[in-house]
Amino acid sequence: MPSRQTTVLDARAMDRVLRRMADEIVENNNGTDDLIIVGIQRRGVQLAGRIVRYINDREKVDVPSGALDITLYRDDLQTVGPRPVVGPTDLPWAIDGKHVIIVDDVLYTGRTVRAALDELADFGRPKRIGLAVLIDRGGRELPIQPDVVGKAVEIARGERIDVFVEELDGKDAVVVAATGDA
Amino acid sequence: MSGVGALGKDLLGLEDLSGDQIRLILDTAEPFKEISERAIKKVPTLRGSTIVNLFFEASTRTRVSFEFAEKRLSADTVNVASSGSSVSKGETLVDTARNLEAMRIDMVVIRHGASGAARFLAERIESNVINAGDGTHEHPTQGLLDMLTLRDNFGHLDGLKICICGDVLHSRVARSNIWGLRKMGAEVAVCGPRSLLPNAIGEMGVTVFEHIEDAIQWADALNILRLQLERMQAGYIPSLREYNRVFGVSRERLERAPKDLLILHPGPMNRGVEIDSDVADGPHSVILNQVTNGVAVRMAVLYLLAGGKPELAEAAKGGGR
Repeated sequence: MPSRQTTVLDARAMDRVLRRMADEIVENNNGTDDLIIVGIQRRGVQLAGRIVRYINDREKVDVPSGALDITLYRDDLQTVGPRPVVGPTDLPWAIDGKHVIIVDDVLYTGRTVRAALDELADFGRPKRIGLAVLIDRGGRELPIQPDVVGKAVEIARGERIDVFVEELDGKDAVVVAATGDA
Repeated sequence: MSGVGALGKDLLGLEDLSGDQIRLILDTAEPFKEISERAIKKVPTLRGSTIVNLFFEASTRTRVSFEFAEKRLSADTVNVASSGSSVSKGETLVDTARNLEAMRIDMVVIRHGASGAARFLAERIESNVINAGDGTHEHPTQGLLDMLTLRDNFGHLDGLKICICGDVLHSRVARSNIWGLRKMGAEVAVCGPRSLLPNAIGEMGVTVFEHIEDAIQWADALNILRLQLERMQAGYIPSLREYNRVFGVSRERLERAPKDLLILHPGPMNRGVEIDSDVADGPHSVILNQVTNGVAVRMAVLYLLAGGKPELAEAAKGGGR
């Protein structure tokens, strides 16, 4: 599908942004005590992994991390049907009393985060839950706001934003592309 | 809300499914395993759905497994057994189901003694129908959980050699296993007394072993069927003791195999008849893993049958983050 594409972040810019996000998470938390980083399937998991690594670079601490798949907590199963692929949820830590940071690639309507909050509640009662997103593209349909934002991006009608990560896509990049159905 | 998803409206048998559909169910079952390990073993996925478990035959394992699967997906469930319901007053299957449907249900899980009962019902009601065993026809979720357990242990199904041992003639488990495993590229054999093998077994594309020793030499895994004890009265076998002596799977017999065989059994077991206790409880038995996997497989089937229409799912792709 040949179409206009604008690179919002290239690999080096994405790396810088993620390092700053790692610093902000630690700063907001006054250190790494009680911190747990949880990525949302799919690309949030890889981004969370980077953030954990960058925290370790600076603080020399391995912050516990996990993965959430929110497919089973979506509010649209009845209307759009099951997503065939349900990814693994892996949260082997007791989250009671902890500071949990949810990491996702793109924040848009907020419905994914709503689902993630519901899912976390089934694992325990964290003292605080924060939200860190690489891209905030606006367009919220729920009263949800991020604590740490990599980059805020204005998206026009008929455009979509794609986040690529090395582990899954062979490259790191954030790209705005026309959807073709504008 | 009953709709048509990746599996269609109903799950009636593995004969009707493609290899890709079977793979989709097995892959979907993987993440569901974890939910049963949580402290709060529940996700809200099927909240608001009503499921009726309509069991016209005795069942512990399958009924409880379906009920756990439904409850762990937050569905509301009702159990109807033939005794103590209007079925015992002579109401027909369709009338029972239509009356239940008039109370606005979404799915029916049915176990029935007559082969084809699940399809008969599926063609006459709007709700999704899941076959939990119909006569000697099929028991698709058992076939699926057997395949999931085999895949857990071997990492793949294609090329595996599975021998189904015992009363193949009366076994819906055997039929679902044969259809499913062959679609997934496994080699399937059967072994049992001639009187308990279907005449047309060759047409199902399976190898037939007359002697259990030969089956043990050949196979990677044995799926040992329950010998239904009433078969003895009906003259299919001379005696339980003789059956055990000729076809029973014992440790001594397994020790002569060139490799360790994985042992499956759909339950309930007759210890000392088709399987000896030291095999059932031995290191290569995955009989209880099958039971654990049963809940995950049934959650996957419920999930995939529920919900809306594939064209809407297509339209929603990529949206709503």
